[in-house]
Amino acid sequence: MSILIDAETTFIVQGITGREAVNLTRECLDYGAGAKIVGGVTPGRLGRDVHGVPVFDTVAQAVEHHGSAIDGSVVTVPPAFTLDAVLEALENGIKLVVIVTERIPRGDVAQMVEVASELGARIIGPNCLGLIVPDVVKMGGIGGPAKNAAQAYSPGPVGVISRSGGMTTEMSSTLTAAGLGQSTAVSIGGDAIIGSSYAELMPLFEADEQTQAIVIYTEPGGRMEAELARWVTESGSRLPIVAFMAGRFMDEMPGMSFGHAGTIVEGKEDTATEKIARLAEAGITVAEDIADIPRIVKEKMGA
Amino acid sequence: MRFFEYESRAIVAKAGIPVTKHGFAKTAEEARAIASEIDGPVVIKSQVLTGGRMKAGGVQFADTPDEAATHAEHVLGLEINGHMPRGVLVDSRADVAHEYYAGVVWDGIRKRPVMLFSDMGGIDIEEVAEKHPDHVARAHFSTRAPFSDWQAKQLIASIGVTGSALTRATPIVARLARLFLQYDMTLAEINPLGELSDGSFIALDAHMDMENEGRPRQKALLKELGVGDEETRQAREPTPFELAGEEVDAQDHRGVAGNVTEFDGNLGLVIGAGGGSLTLFDAVRAHGGNPANYCEIGGNPSVRKACGLAKLVLQKPGVEQIAVMMSIVSNTRVDIVARGAIKACIELGYDPAEKIAFFRIPGAWEDEGFKILRKYGVEYADRSVSLNEAARRAVEKIQGPPTPAT
Repeated sequence: MSILIDAETTFIVQGITGREAVNLTRECLDYGAGAKIVGGVTPGRLGRDVHGVPVFDTVAQAVEHHGSAIDGSVVTVPPAFTLDAVLEALENGIKLVVIVTERIPRGDVAQMVEVASELGARIIGPNCLGLIVPDVVKMGGIGGPAKNAAQAYSPGPVGVISRSGGMTTEMSSTLTAAGLGQSTAVSIGGDAIIGSSYAELMPLFEADEQTQAIVIYTEPGGRMEAELARWVTESGSRLPIVAFMAGRFMDEMPGMSFGHAGTIVEGKEDTATEKIARLAEAGITVAEDIADIPRIVKEKMGA
Repeated sequence: MRFFEYESRAIVAKAGIPVTKHGFAKTAEEARAIASEIDGPVVIKSQVLTGGRMKAGGVQFADTPDEAATHAEHVLGLEINGHMPRGVLVDSRADVAHEYYAGVVWDGIRKRPVMLFSDMGGIDIEEVAEKHPDHVARAHFSTRAPFSDWQAKQLIASIGVTGSALTRATPIVARLARLFLQYDMTLAEINPLGELSDGSFIALDAHMDMENEGRPRQKALLKELGVGDEETRQAREPTPFELAGEEVDAQDHRGVAGNVTEFDGNLGLVIGAGGGSLTLFDAVRAHGGNPANYCEIGGNPSVRKACGLAKLVLQKPGVEQIAVMMSIVSNTRVDIVARGAIKACIELGYDPAEKIAFFRIPGAWEDEGFKILRKYGVEYADRSVSLNEAARRAVEKIQGPPTPAT
């Protein structure tokens, strides 16, 4: 099994006629069993198609054309229009919104999240590459073209959650090379406020029988790791977790942000050192080297 | 991006929050004029984007315009934590009966803004929260529903503030909450918020921090404050090397080859993407390497841009070799980055095989990329070599094998 998506998941791509979105659509159609992309939305482009996917002016038109509720949307519109696009998706009954766009102000993200939670929907991202169920389906640019994604990802017992899109693939590829496949890999986004944090995805992995361990990639900035540590301690989770922390050098450079917007350190709890301590207290192993992760995962799964 | 105190005052005042009579001066003469205008005792405050002004002597008290000018002269020439002041704030000294704290920040876990209020102002709020938790009130608020004054009232009353202090502080906190959202702030703080002996409330100092992502839509405010696009307002001013990196990245809109930060080592880094760069930079240092810079490549930049970045790093004084490394790429093409790095070496008259200590970028178009690297004799690795191992090899190449511990 998997979390959030499977071979039957239907989704649309908002901003489908953009260069990046055209590529992403191709990649998702080509990967695994082929994603069920039932439409695309770009205002003013009704009647066109992108790799055979019909383009609509509105989400409502896409839903009407499909004839029943659509499960998800990948949003790739420019930052100034993202809030509006996400609200449109949510109000039209879409329950899983993957936001690829970066540089969206936090105030906008907070509004999307607020509406999503009122409507019982989930947001992944912003500033993410989406998610992938190896050999089955991918939703977003994660792993790149089908050929490249197939090289890095393989089916198996490890759930992957990462604040960096590229590192989701790097870590999964390392696991694959060691014979450890993935149940679902989720690029959750590099921003300070994101739709789904580690702790918010954990119950889904917990409920997924295929998943036997979790690997996370993390960075300085924010309190998401402390939240995860708390969740692990309180829930008595069955899943062993192995983490990798990048950006340790940033502890010497307060006030600077590197890599992703979310790495800006706004308090002493946000530093790499503090986070490593919090994670370790909760029994989460923080690997010094990504190459060590498969061995640690195997040890923990055997225990 | 941080605002100077004089800018923060302007933002607060624009939102309808009373501030003390003040002025911004770039010279001692201007400070004298403002002090005459205020016509009373003043404080001269250095305008720097760093803490510890008071300790460093950047805050001085004056009773006359002449004294104000003398102090301003001194403070204007005083470097604080490596920052020269942009000017001085000449502020009237208010007759303060009590100091409060009011602030708004983001809570990334609840994904909402949170207001904080304390009746122990004038000191660091984190310190108050630690030592006197019952004197700090907190309340989250919606970004969707219009902010209503009762939310501020409930916050303030929750720590036992009542009477005229409650009714006077309420609209100030409400305005602060509204400006926080309106101007895409990540921090909006009035500390201290002064209650004067006549019972009125006034902002005595303010700190504002705007999210960089908000800048494109806050152009009107920034223009009003005179903040140019070129002002990054990072924790330190960008170096000429870093500015040159921005120019490389700005030459076309394809992908990213920039986000350069200067360090002083001998190993130039041409690395990516976001998470990969962080991982590689840590790894180079963990193996005893001395990076000359940090940077990021991503989103499939052009050969020209990759070449420009590699050239910039190669030309940096002290750089002996470069390492070209990324986490597995799916969008960026391996062959394009390889071509850019090799082209940079050749155009500068170097042998790529000598200058590129190590190349590790697996992923999209890797066969094409590796073919080019082989042709020029550059040492490279595919995904079977980890980021950490790639960094180790690059460091070993430039420094020789590590000497065994004795």
